[in-house]
Amino acid sequence: MEALTNRVKVVERKPITFLESLYLWNIMKGMIITFRHIFKKKATIKYPEQKRPFSPVFRGLHILNRDEEGRERCTACGLCAVACPAEAITMEAAERKAGEENLYREEKYAARYEINMLRCIFCGLCEEACPKDAIYLTETFAPANFQRQTFIYGKPDLLIPHPKEEPELYAKAAGGRVKRN
Amino acid sequence: MNAVLLAIDWASLLEKLILIVVIVSVSLVIAMYETYAERKLAGFIQDRLGPSRAGPFGILQPLADGLKLFMKEEIIPNTSNKFLFILGPCLAMMTAMMTSAVIPWGGSLHIGNRIVSLQVADINIGILYIFGVVSLGVYGIMIGGWASNNKFSLIAALRGASQMISYELAMGLALIALLMLTGSLSMKTIVQQQMDRGVWNVVYQPLGFLIFIVCAFAECNRTPFDLPEAENELNFGYHQEYSSMKLGFYLFAEYINMFISSAVMATLFFGGYDIPFFNEAAHMATWGPTIVGLLGALALFIKIAFFIFLFIWVRWTIPRFRYDQLMNLGWKKLIPLALINMVITGALLLWLKK
Repeated sequence: MEALTNRVKVVERKPITFLESLYLWNIMKGMIITFRHIFKKKATIKYPEQKRPFSPVFRGLHILNRDEEGRERCTACGLCAVACPAEAITMEAAERKAGEENLYREEKYAARYEINMLRCIFCGLCEEACPKDAIYLTETFAPANFQRQTFIYGKPDLLIPHPKEEPELYAKAAGGRVKRN
Repeated sequence: MNAVLLAIDWASLLEKLILIVVIVSVSLVIAMYETYAERKLAGFIQDRLGPSRAGPFGILQPLADGLKLFMKEEIIPNTSNKFLFILGPCLAMMTAMMTSAVIPWGGSLHIGNRIVSLQVADINIGILYIFGVVSLGVYGIMIGGWASNNKFSLIAALRGASQMISYELAMGLALIALLMLTGSLSMKTIVQQQMDRGVWNVVYQPLGFLIFIVCAFAECNRTPFDLPEAENELNFGYHQEYSSMKLGFYLFAEYINMFISSAVMATLFFGGYDIPFFNEAAHMATWGPTIVGLLGALALFIKIAFFIFLFIWVRWTIPRFRYDQLMNLGWKKLIPLALINMVITGALLLWLKK
């Protein structure tokens, strides 16, 4: 059959010679390649001594935000619980009493806020749904644990440290990342 | 009764017993750390670190592995042949360790006024003994496959057994050419001749060495010949039904086999406990024969370490043979090659003697 283009490259198909069929030379070449790999740099990252850097949009563990004066942002509106596809978030609302203006931003706040980390799929829909910028997914992995109950994170696990009352913890939790707004 | 007790040479019995215990424990420890070396080297060849968490640099990893194997549940399938099921790994382990009895591990030590030779039994048919015991190793695999009462294990065991007996032939033929040179089957004589001559046997028998090393890979069921124990073919082969320590015995017996094959290769072709470029006789006068004997043993272990490195290196480079390619290689390529080697050696010897 005629060739369809003029860029045809003819492949040589010679039968294998006796010396080639011994494969000794090819085995030797392969072994030299593997030998060189012994001395190359290894790709392993020794967790937890070394950690791999994450991008700022990485969806890790949740936190509940506070504003600059340290008041909790969450108003227990329930939009994150409705948005969650895995139904991992549950909350109970409570009314702000007279002397608690410095603790909570608005009159309604979350008395009990729980996220079940075993159900959570870390999709970030709760972060997108929140109207108050209250919930945010950080760059930490979810740590391992031995019991099921310990995976239900409550408000003490999720709330970030107070910026005025615990400034060192707050700075450590912010991780040195500069806030944009 | 007292006459019988006095007639037994207790000192030499004790000496041999201590030597046996030392050699067996050394082979077990070396086999243990061979597993560690294999995993580390495999990691390095694949651009990753091997085990590095158990102890510094992962040194205690074999202990962790051994503990894991001990702690697993001992399963003996109901439909299996219970006696043979337990016998299989025991045979494999026993034949692996019996070969270590005739290998000369070093020169002689002079302790007090006793001359202790570092070889458990210097029989004058040393190589024949090794071959006999290695052939018994086939039984360990066959019994393991049969006793499992499992089609896949049986096929794998049959493949393993057929592979081992085919490659034993080529191994024996390659050694006949070597025996034409040395004229004696005793291992100690072979090492002594290499020491006196100053040139190792590998220089005189390069083709024989090549055939021997390929057959040693096949005897140890080591890649590229590891079809009997392949994980993706044949569901992990003849040790599929084994758990815990019986599996540990099979795996360990393979590593001890590797160690002993390396020792045999080092002894037959690379001069055994001969230290290259080292005048033994002169140094024996200055340092004493014990130290020279121990240095010889150290040299032998360095050679064995090199061969073990070679085993591991080849394993992580070459893919597995298909079964028909394996049989082809054993019967149609290696045996004629070994026969040609024999003919050439014989012809050269006759021509040179003239």
